[in-house]
This record gives sequence, C-alpha cells and structure tokens, in this order.
Amino acid sequence: MKPIISLSPHVHGGDSVQKNMYGVCIALIPALIASLYFFGLGSAIVLATSVAACVFFEWAITRFILGRERLTICDGSAVLTGLLLGFNLPSNLPIWIIIIGALVAIGIGKLTFGGLGCNPFNPALVGRVFLLISFPVQMTSWPLSGQMGYVDAETGATPLALMKLAIKEGDTSYLDQLPSAFDMLVGQTGGSLGEVSALCLLIGCCFMLWKKIITWHIPVSILATVFVLAGIFHLIDPSYANPVQVILSGGLMLGACFMATDYVTSPMTARGQLIYGCAIGVLTVLIRDFGSYPEGMSFAILIMNGFTPLINTYVKPKRFGEVKK
Amino acid sequence: MNVILIAVIVLGAIGLVSALILFLAAKKFAVHEDERIGKVAEVLPQANCGGCGFPGCSGFAGACVKAADKGSLEGLLCPVGGQPVMEKVADILGMKAEASAPKVAVVRCNGTCESRPRIAEFDGAQSCRVQQMLGSGETACAYGCLGCGDCVAACQFDAIHMNPETGLPEVDEEKCTACGACSKACPRGVIEIRLKGLKNRRVVVLCNNKDKGAVTRKACSVGCIACQKCVKVCKFEAITVDANLAHIDAEKCKLCRKCEDECPQNAIHAFNFPPRKPKAEASAAEKPAAAAKPAVPAAEKPAVNEATVPAGSPTANVEPAKEQ
Amino acid sequence: MKTFKIGGVHPAENKLSAAEPIRTAAIPKQAVFSMFQHIGAPAVPVVKKGDEVKVGTLLGEAGKGLSVPVFSSVSGKVNKVDAVLDSSGTRRMAVVVDVEGDEWLESIDRSDKLVTFKDLGTITAEEVVSRIKAAGIVGMGGATFPTGVKLMPPPGTKAEAIIVNAVECEPYLTADHRLMLEKPEQILVGIQLIKHAVNCPKAYIGIEMNKPDAIQLLTNLLKEKAAQYPGIEVVPLKVKYPQGGEKQLIDAVIGRQVPAPPALPINVGAIVQNVGTVYAIYEAVTKNKPLIERIITVTGKSVAKPSNFLARIGTPMQQLIDEAGGLPADTGKIIGGGPMMGRALMSLEVPVTKGSSGLLLMTEKESRRGEVSPCIRCAKCVSACPMGLEPYLLASYTRLKDWDGCEKNDVTSCIECGSCAFTCPSNRPLLDNIRVAKQTVMGIIKARHMEAIGKK
Repeated sequence: MKPIISLSPHVHGGDSVQKNMYGVCIALIPALIASLYFFGLGSAIVLATSVAACVFFEWAITRFILGRERLTICDGSAVLTGLLLGFNLPSNLPIWIIIIGALVAIGIGKLTFGGLGCNPFNPALVGRVFLLISFPVQMTSWPLSGQMGYVDAETGATPLALMKLAIKEGDTSYLDQLPSAFDMLVGQTGGSLGEVSALCLLIGCCFMLWKKIITWHIPVSILATVFVLAGIFHLIDPSYANPVQVILSGGLMLGACFMATDYVTSPMTARGQLIYGCAIGVLTVLIRDFGSYPEGMSFAILIMNGFTPLINTYVKPKRFGEVKK
Repeated sequence: MNVILIAVIVLGAIGLVSALILFLAAKKFAVHEDERIGKVAEVLPQANCGGCGFPGCSGFAGACVKAADKGSLEGLLCPVGGQPVMEKVADILGMKAEASAPKVAVVRCNGTCESRPRIAEFDGAQSCRVQQMLGSGETACAYGCLGCGDCVAACQFDAIHMNPETGLPEVDEEKCTACGACSKACPRGVIEIRLKGLKNRRVVVLCNNKDKGAVTRKACSVGCIACQKCVKVCKFEAITVDANLAHIDAEKCKLCRKCEDECPQNAIHAFNFPPRKPKAEASAAEKPAAAAKPAVPAAEKPAVNEATVPAGSPTANVEPAKEQ
Repeated sequence: MKTFKIGGVHPAENKLSAAEPIRTAAIPKQAVFSMFQHIGAPAVPVVKKGDEVKVGTLLGEAGKGLSVPVFSSVSGKVNKVDAVLDSSGTRRMAVVVDVEGDEWLESIDRSDKLVTFKDLGTITAEEVVSRIKAAGIVGMGGATFPTGVKLMPPPGTKAEAIIVNAVECEPYLTADHRLMLEKPEQILVGIQLIKHAVNCPKAYIGIEMNKPDAIQLLTNLLKEKAAQYPGIEVVPLKVKYPQGGEKQLIDAVIGRQVPAPPALPINVGAIVQNVGTVYAIYEAVTKNKPLIERIITVTGKSVAKPSNFLARIGTPMQQLIDEAGGLPADTGKIIGGGPMMGRALMSLEVPVTKGSSGLLLMTEKESRRGEVSPCIRCAKCVSACPMGLEPYLLASYTRLKDWDGCEKNDVTSCIECGSCAFTCPSNRPLLDNIRVAKQTVMGIIKARHMEAIGKK
C-alpha cells in the first residue's frame, strides 16, 4: 500500500461550488413558478433562451477562444447567470435581444476577466444594463401580469414608473393608482419576470439563509436602508411613495436577495457586507427618486461591485484578541 | 459671452491653484537621489531577480554607488549580466571591474522515477515547500528533489523546466544566468550555483542525500553512499565527504573524470564532455562500471543501468552494505 | 451555552470508540524512543548500545533551553542509538530498545490506589513543578509543549484561572473522554496539584456537550466531595471546532481573548492544561511515575474494532492496529492524531510518542481531496476562521510571494486549525499555502530580530 500523504485538514465539509450554485437555482424556483403563472409562455421562452444561450456561450468561449480543456458549464454558474438575466427581462423581449444579452453577460461580464471567481461585476447585471441602455424601448415596455402569450402582450406602467411620475409632477394622485402592497407582495403587478412576486423571492431568500448559502448581512442591510431612507422621504413629502411599496416594487427584492449577494462581486467580511448593502440601499433610493431611470437597483449594485475591492482592502474582520486602540 | 468668461475664469483659477499645489508638493516631497544610481540601473538587466542579494536592480544600483564611494566594487556582481554589465557599471562609476568566473545552476539530484521508488502519494497544493513539511515526501529520500517545481516557478529566465519523464528539473545552460532564484526557492537546497568550468565542462556529484549509506541505498539506487572511493581516487584533493555526502570542489577539479568511473552508485556525472573515444570502450571489458557513461545523464539513463549492474544496481549491493 | 466568539466549523463527529473502555496494549517486542517528542530542543541520549534499561530509566536528558527528558517505558537492552523514522516523516535521533520482560524501577508506585492531595502532606509548589519537570511531561493534546515551563509564569504575570482542556474537539478521538470516565478522581487531584503549583484558587474543566456522561460524572463528583475539591468547576461548552484550541478555550470559558503573538495565555491570566496532561501530572507527583504511557484512540470507519488503548510510549503503531483488528484493506491514509490537525504518516513503523492522541485510518475514498476549482470568493473561509483572519487573502498573497502582505494581515496568528480548508467549497488547499506563508514570515521576523540584536 502506498499511503496518501497531505497536510491537515484531512476531512472536508462536503460543500462545493455546484452545491452553492444549484442551491441558488433551487431558491429561484418559487419565483420561477410565479413568473410562469403570471406571464405564461412568454416567461418560459425568455428564461429558456437566456439559460441556454448563457450555457452555450460559456462552453463555446472557454472551449474555442480561451482554449481551456476543462469544462466549466457543469459548475452551475452559467445556468445561474442565465436564470438571473432572464428574471431581469420583460416577458415579451425578442429572442435575438436575449441572446445578445447572454453574450454580453457571459462574454464580457464574466469570461473577459478570467471566468468564475474573477469577474468584478455581476455578469447578469452587466448583460441586463447593456440591454437596458441599448434597447430602452423593448426593455421598458413591461407586459402586465396575467398575460400568457409571448408576442403582442398588452403593456402598461409599472409601479416604479408611477412613483417616478408622482415625484416629477409632485402629484400624489399617481400614487393612488399603485397596486396595493398585498398585490405587490404576491405579484399582481407588471414588471420583469423575476420582479413580480416579492413573496416568492423572500421564500427563496429564506431557503438560501437556511442552507447557509448566503448570510443575512447584505439583504437585510439593503432592505433596511431602503425602507428607512424611503420612509424619511415619504414623511417629508408625501409625493414620494410609502416605504412598504418602495420595497416591494421593481427589482429591489430580486436585487437584494439574489443579485447583490453574488459571492464573487460582494465583500468578504460581515462588516464590509453591511457597508456594501447600506450603500446599495442609499444609491437605489437616490437613483429611483432623483435619477432619470425609474429603476435604480441594477445600477446601484454595479456601482458597489466596483467598490468591493476597496471595501475588502480596508474593512478587515475583527481579529481574535484584537486590542482596541 | 458671460458664460464663456465665467468658464474661462473658473477653469483658469482651478488650473492655477492646482499648479501651485503641484509645485509646492514637488518642492516639499522631492526625493534627492544620486543621479548615478539611475545611470547604473539603466545598464542593469532590470529582471529584478534578486540574484545579487539586493531587492531588485535599483537596490543593487544603490549598493554599487555606495560601494564605489567607499572605493571598491568588490563582492558586487550582477549574476545575470555577468562581467560585461559589471564593466559598464564600473565605467559609470569610474572604477575597475574585477573579473569573476561564470556560474550555472546545477540540480544535484538524479533520483528519477525509476531510481527512486515512490513510497507514498502526495496530495495537496503542488508546491515543494508544502511537501517538504511532510517529512521525506513521496520518496524515502529526505534530501532529494521533491518534483513539484518551485524552482521552475521561481526562474525569471525560463531556464529551468521539469522533465516529465524523470520528474526532475533540467537547467537550460544557455538561458541560465546563475541568479540563484531557483536555489533559494528549493526547500531542500538541491540546486547549487556552481562554476561553469572550462569549456562548460563539469564533474558533479548528483546527490544531496546526507543519510548513512545503507539508508540512502534503500531510498535511491543512484544516491551517494559516502563510500569514499572518489576521495581516494582523486589526485587533486578536490573531493571531500561531509555529512555522508561527497562534494567536488569546482575550483580544484581538473576534470579527469576518474571519480566518475569509480563511483559504484553512478552518483557522479560529467557534463558537456565529448563522447568517450573507442579506447575507453575497449577497457570496458575490465571495468564494466566505467563503460558507456553518457555525457547527459538523463538522456541515456536505461543504458547506464544495464551497463552497471555488477557494481551499481541496488539489488546487488543492498546486502553487503547491511553487513558493514 | 458558552463557546468561543469568532468563526468555527462543525465537522462530523464520528466518535466511534466513545463507548470502548480503555484497554492496556501489549508490551511491544521493540520500542523506539524518539528524542524529538516535544517542542523545543531535542533530548540528549544518555544510554548507549548494549545498556540494560528498566521501565522508568532515563534514556535522554533534557537538552538546552526548552526541553524535557525521555524515559524508557519498557525493560530490556538498548539495540541502537540512531536516526529512526518518526512521525515527522524524517529520520531523527532515537533510542531503540529490545524488550526483555517487564521490570520496573522500584521507585515507581504501581498500585491503583488513589492518593489524595491531603495524603501528600506539605508538598511545596516548587516540589510539584520539579517533579513534573523531572517526569518529562509535555502537553498531551498534541502540542507537546513542556508542561513544567507552562507552570512557571514569567515575572509580572499571575495565573488567575486554570483551564482544563477536556474538549476533545477533534472528530474520531475519544482518548480524553474515556480517561475522564475512568479516572475522574485522579484528574481532580491532578487539578489540585496544578492549582497548588501556580497558587491559583480557581480551576475550570471545559467539556463539550457531546460528552454528557463525562459532564454528569464530574459535576456529581464535585457536588458530593465539594469540601475535598474546592474551587473546581465543570463548564459545559457548545460543540464547535476548534474549541480545544488553547486561545479558543480561554475565550469560551472565561471570555478573555489572548492578543496576537508573542502574547501568551498567561498574559490574560490563564493556564490551559489538557486533561491527559493533568492525569500524567497526578501520576508523576503522587506515584513518582515518569511519562511512559498514554491513552491513544485507534479508529477509522473500516477499522474492525475501534479502541482506546493505554499504550507504552515507543510502541509501534503497527502493533496497535493489529490489536484493533488489523489494517483494513481499503486504507488510503494513516493519520497520527485527529483528522483536522493530525499528521499523515508514511509508515506504520513509527512509534507512539508523548503527543500521539490518536491513530486514524481513513479509507482510500475519504483520503483524497476533491478537485480544486477557482475561488468564488464566497467568504466562507473568512467566517469560519476562529482567529478572524482572511484565509483566501493569505493564500493568494502566498501565491504571489507577497510576504509583507501576509505579515500585515497577521498570518502569524494562524493556529493551523484547518477550518478554512474544511469549509472551502472549491476545495482549495488554503491551509497548505498559509502554512508556507507562516513559515516564511516567521523566518523573516526572526531574521529581522537577529539583525536588530546584532546592531545593538
């Protein structure tokens, strides 16, 4: 017998990249079901295209452009990027636009930097923001929920657009058109595929917390900051929507639970994650209320992704036995 | 008009203030450096290998200038640039360069996969330093090459590579600058920076094992067992045995290759000699061990093993060694 | 429930031999006594080939500086004094004894009778410490730091709490657990001796909740004989690895954190002793018995009879495995110690030493590490590190050979517990790399220190 020798530890906890990635995918299932329920065929087509395109580009680029032998499509990261990208798109988006989005997300957002673990920005958001800026019309005509078809869906104003209008005009009557908080929680509103049901996203988030895939720091800090800041604005000027509706609207829940918590692009320490989460919350509210886009979550996350290395450099964990100076 | 004027004034004012700050900062934080340091650094190879013993080329340049102020450049050598670069440095500093012989890195281990059986399997970060923490590592030899290639990673000049067949690193003598980075990277000190020798010819003990003969022999069939035969045969007192390991002093060695013929373990190797004349082969009948010794050991390894069965094979020699 | 504050992981416990009473292992035919059984300078052999030795005969006296003596655990004839393969994987100086019979030195009291603290009469603190030193006792949890040195607090420090480490947080190992169940009173007397030696009124026994029987037994005993064993308290701790780490245990039990090196536990007023060491102290002081035996767990998933042995130091591991049912055919890795911090052994010839707490045979399948994939920056290593370090960062600094960066990020604080590599989903060899960095940085610091001294 030739014994195997190695340094300790000799046992491993059994955690793996796949487990984490597919864990997040599982956590997205409630939201996936909700999107199928509310958008039907359109949702299925968009999500399937997005996932398939992301996996294909991951395979093609690593294989033929980077010339790597080892396949990385099985680790689940491309599937996850595809799912998240799809969740950020409206259900009537033409297939060719989705494919461009997937190419940008995987090609530019991820593999340009060296693949899994090396990308400074969340790939799905890179793809989404690229599409948002390149195809503003298609990307912002949200079909109303409850329409099962893919093409020619009836579009309407999202809650976020109404909120923006209310602020611009200084007219609180727009806010009266907002769906009730309960409808927003369950999903009776228009918007991107993954945004409609805040409740399903929260269920997924709890699943990830239970499985210890993520920690509470980022989602809680984002939601708390947004709630407090939006609350202050609402108290000062009632033409700003009430904080509960702000939290339940748009991509905030999806961003806070699934996009901002992306391992690669978020800070490493608990303290760093709190700073990162609070900054995302502040930026989101500022962009939503004062920027030219109604939605601020994607931009806020991407901006803070850029700050993550800086946070990692300056925010260290509390060392054991650290003496207070 | 007004708008343009305001813009011009504001921007101009910002520019002026910034310029002032820059000017003050440049004055305040100016670093006064001997301009000779920059000049010396220019002629250095800029590999920043640290082979000279200083942190990078600018560190070496600083040391040269300091030494020149004291009057001598002795002991300072850029191993990469060698003599030509040192002459240039001396020119800049108005000194005379001292001659120094060229050197090369030599891997003092010949424990190939065949000659050194693997007794364990290493699993972990592919680094010699990690394996070194596990005692003797994959083989029973606690002194030989670990084969994970820390030296290869350390080389700035692409001059050392692992041979996948032997599992040992091989030095590209053309590219090797004797900077010593590989030697420092090796946790076992297997790599020696050695005089290149006349016409690049060298005779070297390719072993680093300091265990007793019997232990060495068990671990490796081509290890030095400190039998002293080479010491006795050497007429120039170039060979010493210290801590169960023979070492040939490159300065004293006259390249007669007698020790190479004498070594029962084939641990001594000659590099860059022309192939031996047929005359030597004729005498092979009497001295089988001395026969077809290859100039480059790794290339003709199996032939050596066959030729040396009577004297050098492990099976033939283990028993008598135990009795001693 | 108390536990340490930062990080930690929960490896599968696998305490297969927890219910196995301690068995006395057979005396070996040949025993090997390494001179390197402790941290510090090696012992110096004082016997030569052919010498007759008895159980308890001095084989090697303490070297210069930090060192302890080594005693024979068998009687017979010295076969050789030579470099022998030991658990470090290299050949180091050792005394090899061919066993003949089992003759003990007469000064050793071999009876099982409990000697209480009162029976010892007016023994002085110095006397206790000197007996401990003379018996060659070292930390038996695996660190093998000379105990006598630990019991002499440097000037300016005062021991305020003795903490007995009965945590045994390593999976598989049950030696300390069994010892507590079978020799509880002896351990309590040992604790009294330590308290006496360093003049400290308070002692705590830290035990994890996965050993409820030991907690119960000791608590009841302390309740019944409160007058006899004053100032001793059992502290049940929440199960979490690496609670048995000295610094983590102090944090868990008395809530004080030892600052970064060079600070020592005594700087926060704590002295930590392993429960095995406490038992050895009891035997040394009351029975005049040097450290010649220890309890070792031989275990593994495919071992026929996982057991706890009372084995003579110097017994070859092979013999213990034979007594535990033989080497399983599917063995892939032989580990001296536990799976989290133990050393992989290359051979079964290596002897039991003072620090051998266990022998673990892992199956081939368990032994191999998983395929390494890129770091996904999940930060699980950061939250697992009990020292509050950033393992991912230290490992990448090591790859870049940025030793300054490693030093600035406190690589020297690493206790090498392995929590980071255990938890890494990408199977990255974090601790392998951090060890390299720690070694290098320690070397740099030492060189700097020497230079500073040279300048003065």
